[in-house]
Amino acid sequence: MKPIEETRVVVGMSGGVDSSVTALLLKQQGYDVVGIFMKNWDDTDENGVCTATEDYEDVARVANQIGIPYYAVNFEKEYWDKVFSYFLEEYKAGRTPNPDVMCNKEIKFKAFLDHALSLGADYVATGHYARVERSEGKTKLLRGLDNGKDQTYFLNQLSEEQLSRVLFPLGELKKPEVRKIAQEHGLATANKKDSTGICFIGERDFKTFLSHYLPAQSGEIRTIDGEYKGTHEGLMYYTNGQRQGLGIGGPGGPWFVCGKDLDKNILYVAPDNHPSLFSEGLTAEKVNWINGQPKTTTFTCTAKFRYRQPDQPVSVTVEPEGRLTVMFAEPQKAITPGQAVVFYDGELCLGGATIDAILQKVYHGKLDFVKAN
Amino acid sequence: MKMEHIYLDHAATTPLHPKVLESMLPIYQKVFGNPSSIHYFGREARKLVDDARENIAKAIGAKPNEIVFTSGGTEADNTAIIGTAMAMKAKGNHIITSKIEHHAVLHTCQYLETQGFEVTYLDVDEKGRIQLDEFQQAIREDTILVTVMYGNNEVGTIQPIREMAQILEEHSALFHTDAVQAFGVKKVEVQALGVDLMSMVAHKINGPKGVGFLYVKEGTPFSPYQHGGEQERKRRAGTHNVPGIVGLEKALVLAAENRDENDSHYRRLQTIILQYLEEQHIDFSVNGDVKDCLSHILNLYFPGIKVEPFLTALDLGGVAVSSGSACTAGSVEPSHVLSAMYGKEAEQAKSSIRISFGLYNTEEQVTQAAKIIAQTVKRML
Repeated sequence: MKPIEETRVVVGMSGGVDSSVTALLLKQQGYDVVGIFMKNWDDTDENGVCTATEDYEDVARVANQIGIPYYAVNFEKEYWDKVFSYFLEEYKAGRTPNPDVMCNKEIKFKAFLDHALSLGADYVATGHYARVERSEGKTKLLRGLDNGKDQTYFLNQLSEEQLSRVLFPLGELKKPEVRKIAQEHGLATANKKDSTGICFIGERDFKTFLSHYLPAQSGEIRTIDGEYKGTHEGLMYYTNGQRQGLGIGGPGGPWFVCGKDLDKNILYVAPDNHPSLFSEGLTAEKVNWINGQPKTTTFTCTAKFRYRQPDQPVSVTVEPEGRLTVMFAEPQKAITPGQAVVFYDGELCLGGATIDAILQKVYHGKLDFVKAN
Repeated sequence: MKMEHIYLDHAATTPLHPKVLESMLPIYQKVFGNPSSIHYFGREARKLVDDARENIAKAIGAKPNEIVFTSGGTEADNTAIIGTAMAMKAKGNHIITSKIEHHAVLHTCQYLETQGFEVTYLDVDEKGRIQLDEFQQAIREDTILVTVMYGNNEVGTIQPIREMAQILEEHSALFHTDAVQAFGVKKVEVQALGVDLMSMVAHKINGPKGVGFLYVKEGTPFSPYQHGGEQERKRRAGTHNVPGIVGLEKALVLAAENRDENDSHYRRLQTIILQYLEEQHIDFSVNGDVKDCLSHILNLYFPGIKVEPFLTALDLGGVAVSSGSACTAGSVEPSHVLSAMYGKEAEQAKSSIRISFGLYNTEEQVTQAAKIIAQTVKRML
């Protein structure tokens, strides 16, 4: 193995506190650290303000404080082709995509990793709350020790090969500790607000943003029993389980989104705890097993269907064509096609897939597929 | 790890010449007066500014009252273009420039377009040169200003300024040139060039940052750009940067004195790089015209190389060069100059670097840089 001071680590620096501390910790450990800012989106607003420019300023300040060289790389084209196009396609298909999962798979740990390797990097590092364990020639993805911040959910599509080139120094830390380290070292980003939501939308209104790219067609809102409740602004704006922003009241409420009929452009709602809000299982596609497909075609493990959800026990069946059928031990609320289902064995993240459809007990009591509900 | 960093980005900026620093230090230490003040301290400072003005005028073949000190090249360009547009707007609203100007000119012209002026952006050929017949055709009765750079900052191409001035001789349009890059290696005499306005800056010729001047030919219609006090005969308000102006003077005089010697030194350095890359069978070509160009600028196209990782890898390897064009959020945009030369989607605009030499570059340094460039190209292909 190379001595640590000759081991080059390229850190993806976003201008946030997490990647700042990532770079700092690696520098303290003695690595040859290089900071690189990814510009994935041109978001110059009507006032000429571009958050990428401001974030890059923060990268420059922090990198100079730490004493590492810093650069930028433009992946706007790659991001548009691989992440944003997928994002729009999924909405068009009535699903709720997860661009962060795709960004990790195609940009941060592919385009960026390749860029880093071409600069002689041995590893890339990011500020993700996750751990990578290397032993006996294998690389495993483990949950971050900060359970509330664990980000393996977003990393489920990475291959073992990608992970073999990755360092996640924050995986051992809790978020308050990261802030404290940043403050103790007076890093310029120590008190910077965490970014929220989808990176390219930022603080903007989601509906307005999406309406620039996809035509919205308003239609009817009906209860699961067919009663007319009002109008929706376009099916793509709604997600299973959503309560806010429906604009309907009246007796029997509050109302929750429980399904969409894309052909008839109808949004279905149900009152709280109605059976139609629950599902017994799901089918999933685009399956990724980080350390190879499990040995048996049916097995039990735990799973998350959304970020920060407590793990749920499930039984997984690998179908002959590689797709998955996942049955839940307990009925689950608001499972959303397009989102990721991610599997765990204790601390180990096994991999994940994209939720394709949910399996519901339909009214006549028979368990049946309900396609892309 | 201690690594020698080789600086080959002198078209961006240059180190201060020790003699320039020497000329400025006593001013910082002793002379603090405001040249506009009527007392002893003011007069003391005023003398320095007047002397500098005289020597600078001499260095470019102008009269002292034709020199307007500015904060640098960008301000000189803005003043020339916006000042002329304002002063001449009764005569017309048409401006001619080229597609390969510095952004200080291009963005100023674009701004004037939003204010009702009409701008023609001349094309250039594959060497980056304006065609005189196209220029002639672009001139209209209502043309009030032509602004074309002397030597290009990315590829070093020299424009036919004299010939353009001759074409304009019978026309009332004013002629401005940005000579910021050219001064160190090309003789710059305003009368021989035939221009009405010319921008110049100190920091490209081993002078201090934050100071430059605009040459304004006597009798040229002029409207100030920066308003305030009555400095510079009401042509540029603001307290004089006295030490800066002294440094500018010294830098200009030194650059003019050593011009021929520096020019041939840079030609040798160019040859070293070109020969080495050829010996190593590196696939490359020169953007611009090696024979007739600013000798301190060498712009090279490496087919198949992505400029962003290339520049990063070169810097990590100890060679500081640039792509010559603008950065947004630190990431490199395709060069507008190379796009103008080769077409909008041309590979050259995405796979070229600018090497620019300066006073303290040695043959050893440049040989070492050529080695690192060759190694990096081989690794990245």
